[in-house]
Amino acid sequence: MSNDLILVAWTLFKILAIAVPLILAVAMYVYWERKVIGWMHVRNGPNQVGPLGLLQAFADVFKLLFKEITVPDQAGKFLFYLAPVAALAPAFAAWAVIPFDQGMALANVNAGLLYLLAMTSLGVYGIILAGWASNSKYAFLGAMRAAAQVVSYEISMGMALVSVLILVGSLNMSDIVNAQAGSKGLFDWFWLPLLPMFVIYFVSGVAETNRAPFDVAEGESEIVAGFHVEYSGSAFAIFFLAEYANMILISFLSSVLFLGGWLSPFQGWGLGFLSVGGWWWLFVKAFVMAFLFLWFRATFPRYRYDQIMRLGWKVFIPIAIAWIFATGLMAYYGVVTVGSEVRP
Amino acid sequence: MTLQLICFYAFAAVMVASALAVVTVRNTVHAVLFLVLTFFTAAATWILAEAEFLGIALIVVYVGAVMVLFLFVVMMLDIKPESMREGFIRFLPVGVVVAAVMLVEMLGLIGVKAMAAKQMPADPAVADGVAQNTAWLGKALYTQFLLPFEIAALILTVALVAAVALTHRKRTGVKTQKPGEQVRVMREDRIRIVKMAAETPTNPTTGESA
Repeated sequence: MSNDLILVAWTLFKILAIAVPLILAVAMYVYWERKVIGWMHVRNGPNQVGPLGLLQAFADVFKLLFKEITVPDQAGKFLFYLAPVAALAPAFAAWAVIPFDQGMALANVNAGLLYLLAMTSLGVYGIILAGWASNSKYAFLGAMRAAAQVVSYEISMGMALVSVLILVGSLNMSDIVNAQAGSKGLFDWFWLPLLPMFVIYFVSGVAETNRAPFDVAEGESEIVAGFHVEYSGSAFAIFFLAEYANMILISFLSSVLFLGGWLSPFQGWGLGFLSVGGWWWLFVKAFVMAFLFLWFRATFPRYRYDQIMRLGWKVFIPIAIAWIFATGLMAYYGVVTVGSEVRP
Repeated sequence: MTLQLICFYAFAAVMVASALAVVTVRNTVHAVLFLVLTFFTAAATWILAEAEFLGIALIVVYVGAVMVLFLFVVMMLDIKPESMREGFIRFLPVGVVVAAVMLVEMLGLIGVKAMAAKQMPADPAVADGVAQNTAWLGKALYTQFLLPFEIAALILTVALVAAVALTHRKRTGVKTQKPGEQVRVMREDRIRIVKMAAETPTNPTTGESA
């Protein structure tokens, strides 16, 4: 029994070791987003609170926490309060299977990829519930748009995962990273044989997190702020946290699945410490992918709703189906080296 | 009593309670959400029985996709709970008869099965020396049960195509955009550059150009 207790305590500690840095990362990511977009607009961005404006995100958090939460008249009270939690829980739960380094994952489960697919598909409930429980037309429209969009893009996202699965032959996240090891450096990673899938996965990830240019669910110019228009104070802060945690999650996932996870881009090139893999490489890759989210937001105008649906159903899904066949042929004829050996 | 058994009873209790709530709560959206909870706890019990693939597939397919669409539709409908309840007494005898017949049938089935009860065989995944439940399931589906699996896939595809064909209507007078044509548009299709002599201001008194 004492062994069980130690295991529970150790697991709780590991959960905190992921969740607390994640929350801090969200705070700094928000600051970084405002800075980057500011620079792209040729202005300064936040620079008043703390040195270089670094404490701006914390000032915003405390402001939100001390504000009153107002509940609309005739809103479904229970679901209104449940919705932010339903949005946040899957965004954090998915981190359980992310491998940060060899043997450095909270849960190195065999069905890791499937678990991720399940968790990312649950996030939409928070949005739908928020839209419905708010008892407001704008919120409801935002929720409907978000639901249709997330369900559509999940299909192409799942197909991108299937292509990775075909090459690796395992659902274990650490196996997926190890399968991308080799002596050709970054050319051994899956982004090269699965280039269309990599693009589809990341763009679908942007759509799944309802970020620009796919942010019709918020659509300030038409439906004010979409599903969270009635939320204020800490309830709104939780939606915000969930959205940014999801963005960081998608950045990490595309790095793990297509960019070799913790492996060095110079692996096997004999460049001394640069060729050694480690968690720092994963963080560098995830940072680059997370930067892409901000770059997209500052660059692209918002898609119209029918254009979003067309891209998801008529462009991404046919390409994904075709590339799954191509991946099957690649795996069958041993074109791609998986790990150190060629798969028969 | 092991931890596993405690967990099982907890999940089972939640599952039965939420399944009951699905048919008793007044609000239809709440009913759908209780159905989501039922599916979720069912998946939890399957994972507890080390059928992790089935459990997570249940969440991905039912909770993540089917129930989202369900919720979508139920939220769009304008359902009045009072009118739903109107014929309750009138249809009660029919409902009771159907329920009784189903109960007798199920009890009969359980009784017949119980007479021919065998000891459950060991976990086939463990018996085959494959540690992973998912890997064993994949192997079994693609070797032993390949033909039924492919037939099932074909039937599902046919059903999908049929559903689209049945609901797809050709409507006249609908304005749509053709993205292919939009992309192919060249500058010459839209603007015409007219060359003409530059006009110069004229002097109003002499009529000569300056």
